[in-house]
Amino acid sequence: MTGYILKRLLSAIPVILGITVIVFIIMSLIPGDPATAILGSYATPENVEKLNRDLGLDRSPIEQYFIWLGNMLQGDFGRSYSLNRPVLDEVLERFGATLILAGTALVLCSLLGVAAGVVSAARQYGLADKAITFVVLIGISIPSFFLGMMMILVFAVNLRWLPVSGMYAIYGGGDLPDLIRHLIMPATALAVVATGVIARLSRSAMLEVLRQDFIRTARAKGVTENRVIWAHALKAAMVSIIPVIGVQAGFVLSGAVYIETVFQWPGVGRMLVTAILTRDILLVQGGVVVVAACYVLFNLAVDVAQSVLDPRVKT
Amino acid sequence: MTAPTLAIRNLDKRFGGGRTIFGREKPAVHAVQDASLDVPRGETLGIVGESGCGKSTLARMIVGLLPPTGGTIEIEGTDYAKVAGKDPAAFGKVIQYVFQDPISSLNPRKTIRQILEAPLKLLHGMPAARRAERIDEILDAVNLRREFLDRYPHEFSGGQAQRIGVARALAAAPRILVLDEPVSALDVSVQAQVLNLLARLKDEFDLTYLFITHDLAVVEAVADRIAVMYFGRIVELAPAREIFAHPRHHYTALLARSAPTVGRPLSAPEGVDAELPDPLDPPPGCAFAKRCPAATDICRTVRPEFTDHGPGHYAACHHPAR
Amino acid sequence: MTVAEAPVPPAPPRGAAAGAFLKLFARNRLAAAGGILLAVVVLIAIAAPILPLQDPYAQDTSQKFLRPFAEGHLLGTDHLGRDILSRLIWGTQLSLVVGLVASVGAAFFGSVIGIVSGFYGGRVDNLLMRGIDMLMAFPYILLALAIVAALGPGLVNALIAVALVNIPFFARNIRGVTVTLAHKEFVDAARLAGMSNLRIMVSEILPNVLPVIVIAMSTTVGWMILETAGLSFLGLGSQPPVADLGSMLGEGRNALITDPHASIIPGLMIFVIVMSVNLLGDGVRDALDPRLRSGALTRPMARTIVDRDHVPEPPAEPGLLDVQELRTEFRIGSRTLKAVNDVTLTVKPGECLGLIGESGSGKSVTALSIMGLVASPPGVIAAGAVRYSGDEIVGARFSQLRDLRGDRISYIFQDPLSTLHPLYSIGDQIVEAIRSHHDVARAEARQRALELLEAVRIPNAKNRLDDYPHELSGGMRQRVGIAMALVNDPDLIIADEPTTALDVTVQAQILSLLDDLRRERSVAILFITHDFGVIAQLCDRVAVMYAGRIVETGRTPDVLSDPAHPYTRRLIACVPELGEGQRELHAIPGLPPAVDDLPPGCAFATRCDKARDVCRQGEITLDPFTGDRAVRCLFPETETGRVA
Repeated sequence: MTGYILKRLLSAIPVILGITVIVFIIMSLIPGDPATAILGSYATPENVEKLNRDLGLDRSPIEQYFIWLGNMLQGDFGRSYSLNRPVLDEVLERFGATLILAGTALVLCSLLGVAAGVVSAARQYGLADKAITFVVLIGISIPSFFLGMMMILVFAVNLRWLPVSGMYAIYGGGDLPDLIRHLIMPATALAVVATGVIARLSRSAMLEVLRQDFIRTARAKGVTENRVIWAHALKAAMVSIIPVIGVQAGFVLSGAVYIETVFQWPGVGRMLVTAILTRDILLVQGGVVVVAACYVLFNLAVDVAQSVLDPRVKT
Repeated sequence: MTAPTLAIRNLDKRFGGGRTIFGREKPAVHAVQDASLDVPRGETLGIVGESGCGKSTLARMIVGLLPPTGGTIEIEGTDYAKVAGKDPAAFGKVIQYVFQDPISSLNPRKTIRQILEAPLKLLHGMPAARRAERIDEILDAVNLRREFLDRYPHEFSGGQAQRIGVARALAAAPRILVLDEPVSALDVSVQAQVLNLLARLKDEFDLTYLFITHDLAVVEAVADRIAVMYFGRIVELAPAREIFAHPRHHYTALLARSAPTVGRPLSAPEGVDAELPDPLDPPPGCAFAKRCPAATDICRTVRPEFTDHGPGHYAACHHPAR
Repeated sequence: MTVAEAPVPPAPPRGAAAGAFLKLFARNRLAAAGGILLAVVVLIAIAAPILPLQDPYAQDTSQKFLRPFAEGHLLGTDHLGRDILSRLIWGTQLSLVVGLVASVGAAFFGSVIGIVSGFYGGRVDNLLMRGIDMLMAFPYILLALAIVAALGPGLVNALIAVALVNIPFFARNIRGVTVTLAHKEFVDAARLAGMSNLRIMVSEILPNVLPVIVIAMSTTVGWMILETAGLSFLGLGSQPPVADLGSMLGEGRNALITDPHASIIPGLMIFVIVMSVNLLGDGVRDALDPRLRSGALTRPMARTIVDRDHVPEPPAEPGLLDVQELRTEFRIGSRTLKAVNDVTLTVKPGECLGLIGESGSGKSVTALSIMGLVASPPGVIAAGAVRYSGDEIVGARFSQLRDLRGDRISYIFQDPLSTLHPLYSIGDQIVEAIRSHHDVARAEARQRALELLEAVRIPNAKNRLDDYPHELSGGMRQRVGIAMALVNDPDLIIADEPTTALDVTVQAQILSLLDDLRRERSVAILFITHDFGVIAQLCDRVAVMYAGRIVETGRTPDVLSDPAHPYTRRLIACVPELGEGQRELHAIPGLPPAVDDLPPGCAFATRCDKARDVCRQGEITLDPFTGDRAVRCLFPETETGRVA
């Protein structure tokens, strides 16, 4: 088992390196002089020259890449000129907030989605199945940012049950109940689409598994129907469902960008959007690399979970 | 004496192997080892063996779908081994293949006409009029009606689909037909139909057959000579009427004893679930030694040569049965 | 697999194929509604230039934020006084076009990569898939944001970003399908016919991949419309004054609390579009999926549905198991396949009864019907009764049936790799068989499982209790199946072709094991097979099935040496036997009948060389005769002491 984890960690390294290469290539598409683009309105001749030296912007692209990579490995992701602080500090602080939001949403959508899918499959064509299918269809069709806006309108503005925006109350907040009150709407809006996708997939995975021969064997042995569904079928279906949860984590993370914008949540998604609009290139670069690298590690954890579940995966 | 239609010498196939970037050897499977056969014109040579013996790998090499790692393949005097795996079309004109599963060997999205025309167009460059003629000829030969030409594979039964597969193989006018378990997927009553058809076609078109199967009774009914394979090697080769009646190799004897026959009481020819040796860690000496009732020390250390034990009866065994 | 055992019905004439597609599609009313809705939206969007709309760019700040149904503005105005209705329609047009172009782009490039990668395999595949994995390593929006950051905000750039980000989805999907296809035998046959690689990819593989591409697109078009709208919402897509639905929503957001209509309207429009696309896509997917067409996609229920109008009287001389006048049908759409058509048989305690027939004869379905394991839907037990020690099972409560299953009557199936659960150890699976019926401690159950594994002669059984099925060879797995069936000391084992998938040397061992075990434990066996040799070696009595009915029964030596039914005689004759040398085989002309369209009279009449007119009329009954035999024939082969 530890051998497998080590092997996967080792194979994650080239992927993370590949991410940095891709980001580098994309960033090199910026038209015009990179230093001027990075510095924006701070592009005085002295600053431009200093930046050229620091990042090696006057050297060949390959050298530039390795300078950038080398800096990153030492923890230096550059400096955000619009915010006037190191990129890494800003990214890490904001990423924490995003993790709270996205993490909650992911847990919600996984549990609800799988449960909905299993019930739907177990009672195929029954009332529960039809109801769940309908709700799921709406869920995957509605834009999450629109849903968020409507939730604000209804629950915050009209009913005044929940706060309009932000992560904590500006005055007198900061404790757990306050966080939860602020978390309910954004996490729900964020989870809706992913719940739908996971529910659909769980349903079809369960249907597929329930048609397999080993289910018939279980019934022939006289196993109770409850055990057939939850111990035999679900366990086999999880082999297909777990990778989907991994993929959905990516969608949840992506959706967080919209939800953070709508709910003014101080996360890395909103940071990235603002950074693009203010052309703070280094902040964009740093943010993308950090979040993508964490996503890779998360997927690694998903793979390990998969191998624990399925002994056929060669460990 | 004319050259045999098909002659293979020391045909060999290894999968995997090589080294990792750390210099460690990667596991290799020696699927076919040192196979040599002569098939004279007009003969049906049967190849039998159980799963893991390498018969399908051998067949795919002979037909040109898989490049061998060693050895020669001579068809009517010309050596094809060098183009094997790279140019199946060169093989396709002289040797064709009939697959085991009739339905999955036909493209579900093509009509029968399209399937039959493909080899005519591509291997022989036949113009349309000549193609239509030839297709009619072949359909008559395999007993299929004209109206089947515009249908799709899923509309046919197993036996009909297999006849279409045979028709496709014949369309290219090959000299040799390799039949890989051609009736195993069919019902017993249909099997007999297809086997009789194959026998008739052999005479009508002056073909040579390589008939691969695991069913001993079937191969005995159709083949002139039979080769038995075990763990990648040919272990016995003899005329069909002799090989199961007087087997020399003990594996052949085991096969003959194991086939369920009306009138013979049940007995466990072997003690426990004797398994094949590990292909990644093959034993020295004879691969069958562990399961063989006549094995001695020499069997476990020295690999037996393939020697002549009587007119046309070859076996690779240190202590052949009488 | 149970539904696959239902004899394949003949395909409908081809012109009907397209009609069938549309009919299935229309039957899914939601999909039809979605299709209509989408068609309306698309038509309106296409018609935008000719509709009497106001100028979407005309600003008039004195008229800003008018509510819907205001004078001259059906849907009101936005923060710059522009007419919302006209902006909505023009924005819809833009969103649809962008979504479609992104889909087609992603589908095209992704499919090309997928097909090339899947077909060539090896290093090409490795390289391409590494690249794809790198792209997939990003949560999609990061990539899109990075691309937009580099190229600058704008609708075209957003389109490029969205298309690029979705290429991996297509590439992986299409590659998966291509890999399966590339190993199919018809590709080998195409090579042997002289086709070049390029030609094979385009003319052999692509037509089979196309439905998958269409299905993949149907799931992603809606998604891409959402994604491009999302980027515009963030201000990174369409730039003012050009507006798609997303940027309308983004602009309206600033006035969400005071003038919500400026947000609600474009948001609802996006929802309507994506919903109808998804409904349509679902409909397309369901209609294209061939499994749905044959009714095979539904999952089987816990027991076979029973739909009979009366229960036959108990038999005069009950055996251990009595099957009386059993009829099991498969109801698929309008067709009814009578797989088991009036089968009566008896298994006495301790005896081995063989049930022999070819595919489509109904032997497997008979075996599964006994314990209600035929897949339902579409299977239905339409008539008859099954009695175990006198108790009628077909109509029993589910809890009674479940008590019998695995405890008094157990099964051994054909392919042990697919019939054992892949994720539980063999020890756990045997223990489960015990604990489903007996309340014993785990340790005790484990001990009993070990005893059984040793009884089926698995070497080193103690260490193999925790092995998984895929770690064992075929013969070993089947021994585990036998152990599982024996563990509760059942009275009857139903074995459905248990050795068909095994090598002949392994088969010999398994058969000998079964024979020993049944004599030791006095278990009755109902043995399903197509092999007379196996019947001869293992079974005391044999029943021959043809087209869903039993045509002959009797003691094995009697039936094999002196068959009464013409089918039995011809079947025995056409099976080659070892030792008979090279010869022409006696074939049976023709094909078995389709069981949804049985002719009246004897089902074998069309292939029988003795058939006369009277054979093709009325009911032919299974008549017993001397020596404990019975035959369903008016002119049997052997002397039955009856007058025809």
